Amino acid sequence: MSGSDGSGSASLAAAPPMGTAATIAAGVRSGELSARVVIDAHLAAIEAREPHVHAFNLVLADEARTAADEIDRRVAAGDDPGPLAGVPVALKDNLCTRGIATTCSSRILDGWQPPYDATVVQQLAAAGAVAVGKTNLDEFAMGSSTENSAFGPTRNPHDPSRVPGGSSGGSAAAVAAGFTPIALGSDTGGSIRQPAALCGVVGLKPTYGLVSRYGLIAFASSLDQIGPFATTVADAALLLDAIAGHDPMDSTSIPGPVPSYSTTLDRGVAGLRIGLITQLMGEGIAADVAARVRQAAEALEAAGATVGEATIPAIEYGLSAYYLIAPAEASSNLARYDGVRYGLRVDAPTTAEMMTATRTAGFGAEVKRRIMLGTYALSAGYYDAYYGKALKVRTLIIRDFAAAYEQFDLLLSPTSPTTAFRFGDKTADPLSMYLNDVCTIPTNLSGDAAISVPFGTGDDAMPIGVQVLAPALGEVPMLRAASVLEAAAPTPGIAVLGEVVR
Amino acid sequence: MSEAMIITSPTTGDDWELVIGLEVHAELATVTKMFSGAPNVFGGEPNTNIDPVTLGLPGSLPVVNGRAVELGIRVGLALNCTVARSTFARKNYFYPDMPKDYQISQFDEPLNIDGFLELPDGQRAGIERAHLEEDTGKSTHQGGDGRIHGAASSLVDYNRAGVPLIEIVGRPDLTSPEQARAYVSELRSILVAIGASDGKMEEGSMRVDANVSVRPVGDPELGTRCEVKNVNSLRSLVRAIEYEARRQVDVIEAGERVHQETRHWDEEHGRTRAGRSKEGAEDYRYFLEPDLVVLDPSAEWIESIRAAMPVLPAERRARLAAAAGVTSAQVALHVERDLDGLALAAIEAGADPGRALNHIEHNLAVDGAGDLDVAHFTALVQLELDGSITPTQAKQVLAEMVEGGAHPEVIAKAHGFEAMSTADLESIVDGVIAASPAEWDDFVNGDDKTRGKLTGFFVGRVMKSSQGKADGKAVTALLNQRRAGV
Repeated sequence: MSGSDGSGSASLAAAPPMGTAATIAAGVRSGELSARVVIDAHLAAIEAREPHVHAFNLVLADEARTAADEIDRRVAAGDDPGPLAGVPVALKDNLCTRGIATTCSSRILDGWQPPYDATVVQQLAAAGAVAVGKTNLDEFAMGSSTENSAFGPTRNPHDPSRVPGGSSGGSAAAVAAGFTPIALGSDTGGSIRQPAALCGVVGLKPTYGLVSRYGLIAFASSLDQIGPFATTVADAALLLDAIAGHDPMDSTSIPGPVPSYSTTLDRGVAGLRIGLITQLMGEGIAADVAARVRQAAEALEAAGATVGEATIPAIEYGLSAYYLIAPAEASSNLARYDGVRYGLRVDAPTTAEMMTATRTAGFGAEVKRRIMLGTYALSAGYYDAYYGKALKVRTLIIRDFAAAYEQFDLLLSPTSPTTAFRFGDKTADPLSMYLNDVCTIPTNLSGDAAISVPFGTGDDAMPIGVQVLAPALGEVPMLRAASVLEAAAPTPGIAVLGEVVR
Repeated sequence: MSEAMIITSPTTGDDWELVIGLEVHAELATVTKMFSGAPNVFGGEPNTNIDPVTLGLPGSLPVVNGRAVELGIRVGLALNCTVARSTFARKNYFYPDMPKDYQISQFDEPLNIDGFLELPDGQRAGIERAHLEEDTGKSTHQGGDGRIHGAASSLVDYNRAGVPLIEIVGRPDLTSPEQARAYVSELRSILVAIGASDGKMEEGSMRVDANVSVRPVGDPELGTRCEVKNVNSLRSLVRAIEYEARRQVDVIEAGERVHQETRHWDEEHGRTRAGRSKEGAEDYRYFLEPDLVVLDPSAEWIESIRAAMPVLPAERRARLAAAAGVTSAQVALHVERDLDGLALAAIEAGADPGRALNHIEHNLAVDGAGDLDVAHFTALVQLELDGSITPTQAKQVLAEMVEGGAHPEVIAKAHGFEAMSTADLESIVDGVIAASPAEWDDFVNGDDKTRGKLTGFFVGRVMKSSQGKADGKAVTALLNQRRAGV
């Protein structure tokens, strides 16, 4: 099971060494388990296999040990460090960490250390979690394979010749490789769910506004959302409990109290109406993937849900709308990387030339492509035809989803059209790479919630993820359905998780 | 005051009229910045009043300052605008002053729309909109000519970045530099009165851009406009508009056409200079700011803001004018200098309105009234009215009242100021006439001009003889009586 020799396509996937986050937290809180022992075990796993996976841009070994010792000290003193006490967590490297380099896997942020922690980073620390590292991503979260990282790609632990998906490929791989039981990623067009599916782990994109974006380095502000990775649905819910809720620092954060997600998981799906999205079951979806999704639908039906066919007519325009809206926002969000205040600066005789030289050297090809696309889409004379029209499509998609959710409590689809592809397969043709996001993008455009749950493997023995979609703030029933699927999942190929974790 | 200005061409003799629209940026007097908790204070060591949001650090997010919105609504209400549901947009352009390389501003859905400003003379100037936005930082360019191009190096201070601004966009309703001055002066009074801004043009907390164009008198078509920037005082505003209008007339009469462009006022040389051309205008790629939500102030909130508004200058002028029986324009200065309260109280206490207003306008407007007691001021006006002291003496007494606070009678007595009897005055006047027979002959027989000059001569002599106790008007009257042989 361990790929410590890193050769060929031997699997590097492993269960986390000390079990799930729930198990670790329970042990640490009761004093039966030392947080330091937990951290050392995970750091050992990282030391052994990380060179072959490259999940991390930075491993925070010393900081993690210090934090773990502090948690042990608090437990000894009778304190409760919180619901994630001593749980190692990996952070996508677009989440700001005070005094610790935060790179977005880009050269442009060379040397920059944020003077503040993202809200989610503060929340995790307050819940007792221990950050062990910053994970690799496609530069500025733009990509579906981590091949766009300036620091080299992350490998899929199940087959190192394949991509882990992206953009949160590092976080997905960290969990799949057993480096941490949980991780945070960000999802703008599927960047949590797609790598979760490709790496055989659980990945959840919360409702837009449920989790604070403060300290998440923006790609496309109206679409970005932070969410959990985990080996189990229960751990994903536990992590969501820790990060959900209103934040006055984020104006788009939803006010009001949030329910407990981790305590409502086991209520089953009896009576829930679930719609299979027909447009995402046909052309472009691999047969083995579609078969698993149908199998998942049957499992839900067997557990007492009613399953029907749902249509989201505007979904076929989703990809096009997304690839105008996201780059448009990105072109503005990434303007600030101009060499004036922080990060990379390439000197030149004038300010304008310095800015140009800095951006030319600091951004990778995909980032430049999207900045140009977005700038064009917003330009005078083109705005109405591109950005303006994309906003209209977005409105249609929101309406279509709203109509579907009048008939169904939840929707079901594949997470990704295929299993993990091999390095270089899609880098030559950006459009084929973009098509990878076809199942996940609509949820970002609508602002709703969705989760990817591992559900067996494909013909290539690689993991397949099934996506459960929910209306805004529908995380509770969504997680119930995800739990049912988890229990019913066929597990060949990722049995390691099934055996050790459960 | 608000006559339209007509420029008559020295070469062709054609008459040209001005069309002026002003855009005023005012920094709002909040404690913190528009979108963050960093302090909003003028000055300070460079880059000390900053935080992650001010610097646009990666991951930082803006949060709207509720107090800035409240002050913005006050401005809207004071300018008779409709307070609307509004949104924020991003105005994208690269500039090192601007930490995010975009400015958060209100674009197609501003906070306040369609109002007007009532000028002191009662004319109304239209307000198109008044919207919220954030200020930029400040660059200092070293080497070269002090501008960014050619500078050896540049330093940026972000203390001002993110300071809340309200941009008040006036309609092109103004027709003379003086009217533009009155508009800005009135607007400043309003902003100060409602606590929205300190209105200090010299510190840059109020900045005026003037859109100026000219057209043949009576032509309904607007000419091509130029936007004049860098106007740092009311005086500069008047000079800059007049210069720019004359420049445009010269350009047109030379057979060329005015280019739509931004021009910078050069105070030292008294001229405007071309800046960047608007025809090659940057494309700001405005789009809705996705980090902020719609601003939709409730009717209750707007009404509570309205209820707490102080009385505005226009209303104060109307009140004082009514009490004094004069026009609003005649009490503009009293209100502008915040002395209308004193005038109104004195008039209500029985002071002669004309003399009270006169003293305030000529003797108190510059240095203010200090802690001047209304009853004392009223008594002073009465002493002057009943002839107990002369206007000249009254002015001196008033100055000492402001300084020391004593009752005017006490001060007048200390100086020996008292009314001269008619007999005493006649005796002095007659003595002065007798002492200067040649001048008196000219006074009696000369033309008006000579008589005017000699009036000053005789009044001066009488003042000297009477040690300033004589009333100048009474002396003049007496001289004319003697001339007529009375």
